[in-house]
Amino acid sequence: MATLGMPASVPPDPRTVLSRHPLEPAARSWLTDAEARIAARPDAVRALFPTARRHCGRARLDAHWTADEAARAVLLTALPLTGAPLAAELAGLFRHGDPAEQRAVLRALPLLDTATGAGGEPLADLALPLVREALRGNDSHVIEAALGPYGAARLPDAEYRQAVLKCVFQEIPLDRVAGLDTRADAELARMLADFAHERVAAGRDVPHDIWPFVRAHPARAALTERLTAETRAAAPERREAAERALKALR
Amino acid sequence: MRIFDPHIHMTSRTTDDYEAMHAVGVRAVVEPAFWLGQPRTSPDSFYDYFDALLGWEPYRAAQFGIQHFCTIALNPKEANDPRCRPVLDELPRYLAKDRVVAVGEIGYDSMTPEEDEALALQLGLAVEHGLPALVHTPHRDKATGTRRTLDVVRESGIAPELVLLDHLNELTVGMVLDSGSWAGFSIYPRTKMSEDRMVAILQEHGTDRILVNSAADWGRSDPLKTRKTADAMRAAGFDDDTVDKVLWRNPVAFYGQSGRLDLDEPKPDEESSFQGNSVRRGGE
Ligand SMILES: [Zn+2]
Repeated sequence: MATLGMPASVPPDPRTVLSRHPLEPAARSWLTDAEARIAARPDAVRALFPTARRHCGRARLDAHWTADEAARAVLLTALPLTGAPLAAELAGLFRHGDPAEQRAVLRALPLLDTATGAGGEPLADLALPLVREALRGNDSHVIEAALGPYGAARLPDAEYRQAVLKCVFQEIPLDRVAGLDTRADAELARMLADFAHERVAAGRDVPHDIWPFVRAHPARAALTERLTAETRAAAPERREAAERALKALR
Repeated sequence: MRIFDPHIHMTSRTTDDYEAMHAVGVRAVVEPAFWLGQPRTSPDSFYDYFDALLGWEPYRAAQFGIQHFCTIALNPKEANDPRCRPVLDELPRYLAKDRVVAVGEIGYDSMTPEEDEALALQLGLAVEHGLPALVHTPHRDKATGTRRTLDVVRESGIAPELVLLDHLNELTVGMVLDSGSWAGFSIYPRTKMSEDRMVAILQEHGTDRILVNSAADWGRSDPLKTRKTADAMRAAGFDDDTVDKVLWRNPVAFYGQSGRLDLDEPKPDEESSFQGNSVRRGGE
């Protein structure tokens, strides 16, 4: 649990990205004005946050940010709040947000986690309930955002592993999941190996991006043994799936 | 053929319905907030319902290539229940959402003073938020109810072209079109309106400001009625352009007045640049 409390990585500063890809003048002045209003009166964010996409559009700015998510991140980082009051405002925005707003809150968490302001309290684990609620849901785009740097740094081991497995089930590519380089462990490898065996027994293919996490651990030997046994299964599609999986695992 | 169903309650429908709708040409729908058959006894039930209309249902629809928008309101039936009235105070928070393209369904059920008040208040919210209004007309005492609805619409100050009166019939269509508002028709398997009667109305009243919907919900209803009406129009001699006007361009024009009907919106799968979801595969 050495990683707890340390963000896995911080996304590019949305203000810098927005200055490199300038918004339309009307959108820019809306955003500047919105930031100032939020800085002066934090609860102004409640009316401004939902309308950000209609003002700023949703064009892709770089590999990490779209215009709406960057603008929403700017609004959240303008909040003159830290610690518990910040977490409470985020919880309200998340509770009343549509999926795009929920995703924007989750994607801004690593920025808010590092910005502690003068004498402010850190956000620490206070936004974890939002991550957990998102992970219980079914919307892949929200789940993917929940397992960003903040969730990856702060979820306890068992929850992190369950979340990774859920991403595999949701067909979210694992290269979009934060924290695997430091948090993938032998138990996660065991879970992924069991999942692979289950798929093979059903005669189905195994997503290729799980193999690196199985190979690095003792689970590899056990799975090789089980898959080898599957190559002698009665059902041909089961034998064939086992052959394909064994080849990929090697 | 492209079809826009301007009034359908997909919350009550299955993924088979989405598949069948897409197969006959349905590419966009509006789901109005309404009552669920079973009365709700607390405002929180409404908020979860609104969240589903804004979140889960558009997500589900996108898996089948259908764009899903919604309208939000406290419906007339439950406006009579004091336990549900606090919903009115929370509506502004939901009316700010990107996929909300109108206030609705509002209107009359039993024409009570409580319904009067909720209708007037929510027409005011539509004006305040720059949104159109979807107004349900009562099934009982329909002509009187429609006339009274038009009076309240006039008094509210909302522009008539921002108002759609729905579930009309042969006896109420004239007064609605004369008022400058839009006229909606719900094509049901047995009651309300049939494809053939709809065709006769189009022949008599023309195709301006007229919308056709399935209003499919948890009751006996058919989500393919929009397509069946289009087929009946063609059989009666309407050309493809006129069919497209009634089944696509008219609803786009009406809800487009919200400024939020973004039909180019990328499907969620494209937005996140990967394919995959748990609905298509039968859940987790
Ligand atoms: Zn309805």
